[in-house]
Amino acid sequence: MATVSFKNATRIYPGGTKPAVDKLNLEVKDGELLVLVGPSGCGKSTSLRMLAGLEEVNEGGIYIGDREVTDVPPKDRDIAMVFQNYALYPHMTVAENMGFALKIAGVNKDERAERVLQAAKLLDLEPYLNRKPKALSGGQRQRVAMGRAIVRQPQVFLMDEPLSNLDAKLRVQTRTQIASLQRRLGVTTVYVTHDQVEAMTMGDRVAVLKDGLLQQVDTPRNLYDRPQNVFVAGFIGSPAMNLVQLPIIDGGVQFGDAVLPIAREILAKATGSRVTVGVRPEKLSVAPNGLIVDVDVIEELGSDGYLYGRVQLDGTEQNIVVRVHPIDHPMAGDKIHLQADPEAVHVFDTESGERLN
Amino acid sequence: MPSSISITAAAAEPELLDLPWHLPLEDWPKENIAALPKGLSRHTVRFAHLNDHVIAIKETLFELAKREYEMLRKLEKLDIPCVEAFAIIQEREDLDGNPLPAVLITRHLKFSLPYRAMWSQGLREQTANRLVDALALLLVRLHLAGFFWGDVSLSNTLFRRDAGQFAAYLVDAETGHLYNSRLSNGQRENDLEIGRVNIAGELMDLIASGKATDLDPGTVSQRIVDKYRELWKELTATDTFDDSERWKIAQRIQRLNDLGFDIQELSMAKDQDKRTVRIQPKVVDAGHHARRLLLVTGLDVEENQARRLLNDIDQYSLVNAHLGFDEEVLAHQWLSEVFEPVVGAIPNELLGKLEPAELFHEVLRHRLKLSEGQGSDIALVDAVRSYISDVLAERRDESALLSGSPVTDTISLAESVPTGLIVVSDDETGDWRDKV
Repeated sequence: MATVSFKNATRIYPGGTKPAVDKLNLEVKDGELLVLVGPSGCGKSTSLRMLAGLEEVNEGGIYIGDREVTDVPPKDRDIAMVFQNYALYPHMTVAENMGFALKIAGVNKDERAERVLQAAKLLDLEPYLNRKPKALSGGQRQRVAMGRAIVRQPQVFLMDEPLSNLDAKLRVQTRTQIASLQRRLGVTTVYVTHDQVEAMTMGDRVAVLKDGLLQQVDTPRNLYDRPQNVFVAGFIGSPAMNLVQLPIIDGGVQFGDAVLPIAREILAKATGSRVTVGVRPEKLSVAPNGLIVDVDVIEELGSDGYLYGRVQLDGTEQNIVVRVHPIDHPMAGDKIHLQADPEAVHVFDTESGERLN
Repeated sequence: MPSSISITAAAAEPELLDLPWHLPLEDWPKENIAALPKGLSRHTVRFAHLNDHVIAIKETLFELAKREYEMLRKLEKLDIPCVEAFAIIQEREDLDGNPLPAVLITRHLKFSLPYRAMWSQGLREQTANRLVDALALLLVRLHLAGFFWGDVSLSNTLFRRDAGQFAAYLVDAETGHLYNSRLSNGQRENDLEIGRVNIAGELMDLIASGKATDLDPGTVSQRIVDKYRELWKELTATDTFDDSERWKIAQRIQRLNDLGFDIQELSMAKDQDKRTVRIQPKVVDAGHHARRLLLVTGLDVEENQARRLLNDIDQYSLVNAHLGFDEEVLAHQWLSEVFEPVVGAIPNELLGKLEPAELFHEVLRHRLKLSEGQGSDIALVDAVRSYISDVLAERRDESALLSGSPVTDTISLAESVPTGLIVVSDDETGDWRDKV
């Protein structure tokens, strides 16, 4: 059991001018599943590899518990990379497949049997311990691979896009299994993905990175409800939050032919004459007046519907997504007005992108 | 047949279109499949005939196939010994229009064998050691080129005989990353640790299958670490010696060449006391002898074979130097007067047992053995005759076109097997604890 801390951890690649990871400060709590997420090149995998000891740390340090591991070789860090390479051996039983690394590490037989049994119980593999991998289902095989990491009893699990080689259906199944198993095991886990849905469904907390900089680390709920800047607002959530730049007027902002009320003290913090307003698709609704939208497409998903349209703002066209009733909704080609739930409006400074409300 | 599939290929071979892409690889008919020994894989992998050669087909996700295809092509350009990426096929459908996985196609490396096939020939710890040595050299080369493998194992490597040793080729680059900068020590150490654990597991599996008995997985797998470190030190360490011992520079270079590496740069510095010299070689890609042989004869062979053949050319040149020809002319003369007649002497039905350069190397070795036994020089023509009748006829056919059933099973982790199929009688007898 251990915490993980990045303290001003920085990675600059040789010849690079901009750090791949820039003064990362992050605390992973004991037993927590923390997800690092962001677009390609954001530094999430580099951060994980710094923790794993695969990437040099140019400035700052990394700690597992109270121990500084910045210059410790990977195999002495008491961490396990899960799912990195998980070929199963066809002539060995499930028990042997799970325990063989302990054997070469010199762990005695009783201890090996005990650890394998414990892991098998956690993974619901106990009835299969004496079976060859060929007689297992796909999901069971993956659990055996996971068992191999568990029997080593590491202080921290590291997972770098572990589901990227699975098809969409198995990916959804497996991510649920990993999350529930991690909770049962209670081992501190750092998980990297580029997929914000995966991040939001799995993480106790999620750290969003962009261009090597930590944007926000928070619970999935808070990231969704209170994104700290425009990037996080646009990155988290599917379909993405609608973000539009609107002029500040008396009492709020100009929202088409209506006024969207925003408190004066919030707008007073803005650096320019406009603010960036964010509204999630489910917080917009059709109204007699408001933002004027041309409807392009309606997507009916059974329980939900989504309306995709365009709005004209200062002569430029911008896309808008609105959640609508799956049956009772406007039609493609309609011109409609939208209003926003004033309680659910996110206001950002247009220049800095930082949250104002 | 499905209406369309999408092929990205390195070479135009329209016959690729005729393969049964509308069937899952598992269900391909026998006539398409080349029965060759396989290693362990996470994916379904099968060999198939295409024109006069054999291709290896791996079913996987399109993104992974594309990434690996590009990675293999980059490694090829860096002269790294690896399988040749041939094509990616996507948008496969079965006859009912259901999507099938994308495939990555590589050319089968002729005369290569997976490690498991070596044991079917009854080989022991000594062989395991030589395979691991070859893998250590491959890993050093990959690391020098900036490639982090991420899944070092015997299964992900193919081996070719190389003058009594083995040459290793990378087969699976799925987990790899190519960095522009040098790899960190942590990355190299991690690859080594992955390799050590994987090799141990692979050998334990061989033992469990009954194919190997006389080896200790712990000792053999530790060898990858020791051998790698030894090589890495020899290749990259800074040497310090007294100014009066400059011959040590030549000695160091010779050792590096003997290991099959070239020196791209050698930085030398004198210390302030002006008495000690430090040298730091920057080695590049192996293949010094192979490239030299290719240059002088056009023969494209393995490094150790090349060294052997170059030695023979050197001896030939020594004897014939009075003709006053330069190295290249003498080498071509050697090719037509020595090498080709020896290879040409092999009866057709025995061709395909070994590749020509390895054959020649074996003939030379056989000749030496006969000469030693008799205490006098044996003529090459007699050595060839004796080699054909006494050695070659006994040899297992190593050409790629041999038939027989696959040596190992393929395990695909991502496939779903209904659990209802699993019956308790599949269990091994006895207590699982006995085997942990």
